[in-house]
Amino acid sequence: MTHFIDIKGVHHAYKTKHGPLPVLDGLDVAVPKGEFCAVVGPSGCGKSTLTKLISGLMRPDRGAVILDGQEVTSPRKTVGMAFQNPVMLEWRTILQNVMLPLEIVAPGMKTAEAEARARHLLEMVGLKGFEHKKPSELSGGMRQRASLCRAIVHKPDVLIMDEPFGALDNFTREDLWQTMRDLRAAEPFTCVLITHDLRESVFLGDQVIVLSGRPARTQFVLNVDLPADRTIDILYEPKAVDMLHLLRDQIRIAQGRDGEMH
Amino acid sequence: MDSLQTIAVPLAAILAFLGLWEAIVWANGWPNYVMASPSDLPEAYARFWNLFLIMGWQTLWRTVLGLAIAVVFGTLLGMIMGFSKLAREALYPLLLGFNAIPKATLVPVLALLFIGQHDFNTVLMAFLISFFPIAVSVGIGLSTLEPEYRDILRALGASRFTIFRKIALPKTLPEFFGALKVAVTLAFIGTNLVEIVSPHGRGLGALFKSGETNGDYPLMFAVLIALAFLGIVLYYAVVALERIFAGWAERPAS
Repeated sequence: MTHFIDIKGVHHAYKTKHGPLPVLDGLDVAVPKGEFCAVVGPSGCGKSTLTKLISGLMRPDRGAVILDGQEVTSPRKTVGMAFQNPVMLEWRTILQNVMLPLEIVAPGMKTAEAEARARHLLEMVGLKGFEHKKPSELSGGMRQRASLCRAIVHKPDVLIMDEPFGALDNFTREDLWQTMRDLRAAEPFTCVLITHDLRESVFLGDQVIVLSGRPARTQFVLNVDLPADRTIDILYEPKAVDMLHLLRDQIRIAQGRDGEMH
Repeated sequence: MDSLQTIAVPLAAILAFLGLWEAIVWANGWPNYVMASPSDLPEAYARFWNLFLIMGWQTLWRTVLGLAIAVVFGTLLGMIMGFSKLAREALYPLLLGFNAIPKATLVPVLALLFIGQHDFNTVLMAFLISFFPIAVSVGIGLSTLEPEYRDILRALGASRFTIFRKIALPKTLPEFFGALKVAVTLAFIGTNLVEIVSPHGRGLGALFKSGETNGDYPLMFAVLIALAFLGIVLYYAVVALERIFAGWAERPAS
């Protein structure tokens, strides 16, 4: 079968003063349409580079990034992005922030229509009543919720998230995982999530890809065969715990510390 | 209570300052051809009020025009330096060097270049002295824009101009107004510099000069106070504009 996101044999190096710095060295990622792919790996292994490649902000030195059967050569309107820093525009209200991508992607869209779409999403993530607040009046978790709404307001077919919950406290993070799960049930998008958090990868992912240390290659792919309507409790069940152990071991290998920790 | 405080407290400080000034002149027994005191000023204003209005207007419009040109030029220069590393590296030393030149030395240069063009020279000086902080702050504001801000629109295929208009420009406004507050006082100094130094000048600077020529100390000090007043008005005009266009950057007091 063909995959919606197909990354094949990607090699990439950054140019630095001390010569080329290879970050990706044989990366393979395959995500079927509508699936959720979590990517984990040691710090600085090139995970963020992967987001830039899928979004078309960068092109790889070698290999191919294929989206919906087409090679990605430049940014496209069918992509949504969310970062660890929610990057809210402080001079706009939350509602206007969420509507921002529509101004670029669908400039002809009626304001009322765009507003209805944004309001609907804000309600889904629990921000009803905060539409006209300024970002500075919201907590970090709330800003991140708004940032998720902005990332999918234009109904992208790919959502790329780079550690969106990384800066939040544990309870807020778990709340947002559930919000993310609900958004997935309501909105059809294929998702790539970069994360440091193994529990997050198992709770949200349909597959978890472990990258090796820099330069990164695809080291391990875990198929998460848990039901779609997961609750946080599932993470404490034996099946999930086994997966977490497996991933933990893979990260250890990726860090080049196999044996050291045993 | 709040508005009372914002008006009454500075007013009290000004009155205290005038009182102290009066007391020092009185205690030293200085006659007003050595040092004028605040009580000499009302008479000077009463005698020359029409000159104050005419000259004050001259100084005001030249300053504002010079500043307006500085805003346009400074913003454009800042944009070039903000978006191009090459331009930044090329222009910074040049700008720093130019800014380090005492502007008084430029008065004779301009006077020779544009002989008799008094209005033009004055506006030009107000512009030359005030564009620097604007260019630097816009340049730094644009070049330090976090890449994520750019990427949320760039990933959607937005053009550079759209990113500038929707994100970079509004995000730089607080820095811009910070610089404008510095620039407005600088422009004012530039205007007065030319008015005082160049012969047959006009404006409040020229009025000061004529007070000096005639040994009229009360008039000289009356001009200084008028200049201070005009400077304050211009500054608060910028503050008002800032509230309108960049009020979002102000955090509510808590």
